[in-house]
Amino acid sequence: MRTDDTTPGRRRLLAGWGRANPTAATVRDVEPDELAAAVKDLPARGGIARGLGRSYGDPAQNAGGHVLRLAPANDHVAIDDDAGTVTAGGGVGIDDLLAILVPRGWFVPVTPGTRFVTIGGAIASDIHGKNHHREGSFGNHVTRLRLMLADGTVVDLAPEPAPGNDHELFWATVGGMGLTGVIVDATFRLIPIETSRMSVETHRLGHLDDVMDRMVESDADFRYSVAWIDLLARGKHLGRGVLTNGEHAVPDQLSPTAASDPLAYDGRQLVAVPPVVPPTGVINRLSVTAFNEVWYRRARTGRHVGVESIPAYFHPLDLVGGWNRVYGRSGFLQYQFVVPFGAEAVLRTVIERISAARLPIFLTVLKRFGAGNRGPLSFPMGGWTLAIDVATDRSGLAPLLRSLDDLVLGAGGRHYLTKDFHMTPADVRRGYPRLDEWRAVRDRVDPGGAWASDLSRRLELTD
Amino acid sequence: MQNALDEAQTIVLLGGTSEIGRAIVDELVSSSTRTLVLACRRPDEAGAERFARDGLNVVVEPFDAAATETHEGFARRLAAEHGDLDVVVLAFGVLGEQTEFDDDPGAAAAAVHVNYTGGVAASLAFAGVMRRQGHGRLVVLSSVAGERVRAANFVYGSSKAGLDAFAQGLGDSLAGTGVQVTVVRPGFVHSRMTRGMKSAPFSTTPRVVAELTVAGMRKGKHTVWTPGILRYVFSVLRHVPRPIFRRLPLG
Repeated sequence: MRTDDTTPGRRRLLAGWGRANPTAATVRDVEPDELAAAVKDLPARGGIARGLGRSYGDPAQNAGGHVLRLAPANDHVAIDDDAGTVTAGGGVGIDDLLAILVPRGWFVPVTPGTRFVTIGGAIASDIHGKNHHREGSFGNHVTRLRLMLADGTVVDLAPEPAPGNDHELFWATVGGMGLTGVIVDATFRLIPIETSRMSVETHRLGHLDDVMDRMVESDADFRYSVAWIDLLARGKHLGRGVLTNGEHAVPDQLSPTAASDPLAYDGRQLVAVPPVVPPTGVINRLSVTAFNEVWYRRARTGRHVGVESIPAYFHPLDLVGGWNRVYGRSGFLQYQFVVPFGAEAVLRTVIERISAARLPIFLTVLKRFGAGNRGPLSFPMGGWTLAIDVATDRSGLAPLLRSLDDLVLGAGGRHYLTKDFHMTPADVRRGYPRLDEWRAVRDRVDPGGAWASDLSRRLELTD
Repeated sequence: MQNALDEAQTIVLLGGTSEIGRAIVDELVSSSTRTLVLACRRPDEAGAERFARDGLNVVVEPFDAAATETHEGFARRLAAEHGDLDVVVLAFGVLGEQTEFDDDPGAAAAAVHVNYTGGVAASLAFAGVMRRQGHGRLVVLSSVAGERVRAANFVYGSSKAGLDAFAQGLGDSLAGTGVQVTVVRPGFVHSRMTRGMKSAPFSTTPRVVAELTVAGMRKGKHTVWTPGILRYVFSVLRHVPRPIFRRLPLG
């Protein structure tokens, strides 16, 4: 019989990266060899694994239950240079991994906009990066993973159907938000690189049609592609933006100094946001208008080619420690959705509505996804994805997001569970029509409901 | 679970016929709200149809604030039937007639029992559920009448003073548990409870109380004065010498 655990002092408040709505759970730091004992000890409200806490919303919170933090165990990294793969523990961060991989001429197959993501989190969220249009999401590159189930047993899983392999469970775990079990370790394919620099082509584009046209034209020519959009621009400038296309640079593209150590890698933070920020934050229309103008003008008109470091190109926000504090006390959420190709008019309407709402939004990302994978809860699908960060205390935000949800879901699109913090159970069922298929697998491996999170309760993913 | 926009999925109103409580529910209900429980002494007067909306399950439950021994079981049953309780609004209470209380100590004790003892028992019962679930918002309707008790309604005022002090302490005791207590101190509110009474300065309406309450909750405030100016009025009144205080025209 599982019991309540309200022992004073054991509970801690936890929030996602967006810092909205903290809830209290018992946090347990577990070494890999203690994991089975921790799983057997889960209380009535269950447990969920938590990595580095970079999910914006509530998937790594479990109010009233246990939150398991798997020790990073960096010694649990084995590179197979011949096969071009690495095996890493679920608690190992991409940050730590890059420090090991890059000097040896390897790069992770997929990285999101932050390095502070664990391998377990990367699989549970089936993260995507700027190369999705070519190479898909993280799950596409995993060749095997080991998963600890609710009864404490560990199963070895691979993506393809084979005797003795539960490939359905593999794909339910990819994008499964940690609700099928704890990822003990995983093996995945790497990208060979000759240098630690990126060759980046930047285009400043005056309005949305230009941005989208250019993205369509250039996608096939570049491994990495992403656009930033100025969502405060209006009228004929609506949707103006900066498109950056990138490739891993070859030694010939480096300066003589850089070429002497082509695989040098340094991911240190440059500055940190001080712990004291006004309760209202420092993100307002004035500051964001100024930022957007500078960011837009910084990109030179026309095409510009340059060389950037891996952190500068992939993880610019990581260079500023604790940047999530700038939104103030009530926190922020990231609204990320995808609409299928053919729904460009819907994307435009969404951008028009956000622009008309005059929200101070400086972080916006527009990308094109390639085809999705077999994970029933994996977010990416062929289409356009837009992500915006927005402070939660804006009046009128709830009705605005509801109206955008209706457009997105009506167009056959969906929202990213890792970022979501506002949807309803009905929205998820519209966006993820294969939810029942996922639930069948999950019920098979966790009939007692040992795995639970604030996200799973809020969206009724598991009951 | 609440979402990032502080939209609750499950709301419980204790004192389901309270005008202020229902106005707060109006402010709280959103398209994310799945269940609303109206808990009241006379379920047939709950008027659940007022809240009827597609996708919202409105449940009416008999609840007697005076029957304190039932509160814990009641709170646990609601959680078992409806899942996590996001917001519980404690809005029950009786005003009574001071002149009647003067002649009937038993009636005074009964009113205090509902307002204070009932408030204590119900708050603790629901706070226990919320502490176990690791999150929740408890809204306790106090009154400025408890901030400095007047001769005109000192039985009611003293019961609210007790409830207010209790709720402040409860809120502090729950720090770090994910449960937040918001104490609301309305001034004179034009409602059924005060019909026929002489209006006091800075009087307000249930709707204004509700708007300020929900805005205060979302900002994480421990205490909400409605209207806000009463906070400053009472910071002065609190220190007025009694011979002068009892002559003030405070309604």
